[in-house]
Amino acid sequence: MNLVQLERRPIGAYPQVPLVALDSVWFQVAGTLCNLECTHCFISSSPTNRSFEMMTEAEVAAHLEEARGLGVRAYYFTGGEPFLNKAMVPILARTLAQGPACVLTNGIPITARLAGELSRLSAGSEYSLELRISIDGYDAQSNDPIRGEGSFEKILLGVGRLAEVGLNPVITVTEACEGVASRAGRLKFLEVLRALGLSQPRLKILPLLRMGAEEKRLRPYQAHETLAGVELDRAAIDKLECGHARMVTKKGVYVCPILIDHPGARLAATLTESLVPFGLSYSACYTCHAEGLSCAT
Amino acid sequence: MRDLTRIAFFGGIYSNHYALQAALQIARAKGVDAIWALGDFGAFGPHPDRSIEILRGAEIPAIQGNYEESLSSGAEDCHCGYTDPRDNHYAQLSYDYTKANTKAEYRQWMGTLPTSARIELGNKRLRLCHGSPRRINEFLWKSNTSTPFVERMLRDEDADLIVCTHTGIHWDRLGPDGRGIVNVGALGRPANDGHTHVWFTILESGPAGLRVEHVPVEYDHRRLALEMADEGLPAEFIETIETGWWTTCLEILPAKERAAGRY
Repeated sequence: MNLVQLERRPIGAYPQVPLVALDSVWFQVAGTLCNLECTHCFISSSPTNRSFEMMTEAEVAAHLEEARGLGVRAYYFTGGEPFLNKAMVPILARTLAQGPACVLTNGIPITARLAGELSRLSAGSEYSLELRISIDGYDAQSNDPIRGEGSFEKILLGVGRLAEVGLNPVITVTEACEGVASRAGRLKFLEVLRALGLSQPRLKILPLLRMGAEEKRLRPYQAHETLAGVELDRAAIDKLECGHARMVTKKGVYVCPILIDHPGARLAATLTESLVPFGLSYSACYTCHAEGLSCAT
Repeated sequence: MRDLTRIAFFGGIYSNHYALQAALQIARAKGVDAIWALGDFGAFGPHPDRSIEILRGAEIPAIQGNYEESLSSGAEDCHCGYTDPRDNHYAQLSYDYTKANTKAEYRQWMGTLPTSARIELGNKRLRLCHGSPRRINEFLWKSNTSTPFVERMLRDEDADLIVCTHTGIHWDRLGPDGRGIVNVGALGRPANDGHTHVWFTILESGPAGLRVEHVPVEYDHRRLALEMADEGLPAEFIETIETGWWTTCLEILPAKERAAGRY
């Protein structure tokens, strides 16, 4: 077995996670700019949040080239809302020439024309183009208080446009959607998706990260929600995104897609320099380990 | 011992002893020098000991899959690597049946098998594994396994070719130098393509380089389906054998492989 040797450390210290292998590279391609202002957003993305600016195609291309040399398996695009970036289609074309791509979108910017372009990109690559669309309720009544007035209907239009061109998105739902993590809640959501005409409904349920806007919606992390003193074995490390991925932003490379508001999570300017161990000293790290959050599709 | 030039590889057998018998006949008729089994002898199908008896009787060299690792270590589940609750539900039914119906002697034998192997074919160094060289239950699908990632694995493993299974769908991607990856597919259930036949793979080294042949195997799938029903195995598993469409373990599929199926 390829066991990872963890350093001995005093009780109460945080576990260190080595970069086991750089399998996934994330791009915060739209910065923190979003057409929505969801009340549970862990990085408080909004139409006016410019803490991170959008990335240019040239910036993404440079990191893609570096990633190719490092043997990266897959690429993810997030924001904010990735499709607010006008270069998103050429960026995806470039990406799909060297590996699979997954876009995390709220679905609202997906016009019939964009859906057509995405369909052509998908058909033209031997790699999968995944679209992940976030919804936070079974209906407008439960979704719109979180994602914004009228958003449910607009999201469904985007989902429908993808379905019309043969693209089957993964629908992601956070636990802000009441009961969705239970078996009954899951089945109910799958029925909602089937009713939309998705014959092969794909569903991913995500725990909440109690930071950013979510701190004010329900609650912040509590003192006991920490990994201080916790030992992680290889199996636990294998499940953590930070052991297998890095997040590229306009401001440099961060350890993961979640911690970009924390300066201590910025590791380097390049992917190559970012392949270093990371101490899990943030409360969000507790969610990834204890609640099994995985950003990957 | 003469050099090997033509080798057959059997992926997940999943207790499909009829397909295994048929594949053995085809491989021998095609004059292979050797046959390797890449793990997951049990799962989905009936009477797991029958496939093991065929493998052992034919003295086929084999490596462990996640099923052999779990069964030999007494694990409570198959460690298949699914992430979806419905997929895990069916995976558990499959594992519990297989565990209850595999002789202790055979479970012990599984633990004596290696988890990987290195062999040579022509001038190529082959790294045999179940899932991936680094993890027994890693899924290497064609549409989410980038070429740079394959090249990295080859560098890490000091090999020319990765030969794997675990996903249940055969594919290959070789560079102009003949280096790359071959997923040999599965004998245990169809490739989610609406056809009832199953697959194994032959690699052949010749003057023109390495040749990959994915070989379809017709077998008495109706008889297998009847046996599965007699054993009380889930109707969803039987439907897959009868129709060629996967009904479970679907959420792990990437977009392209999912879109190719019915469910």
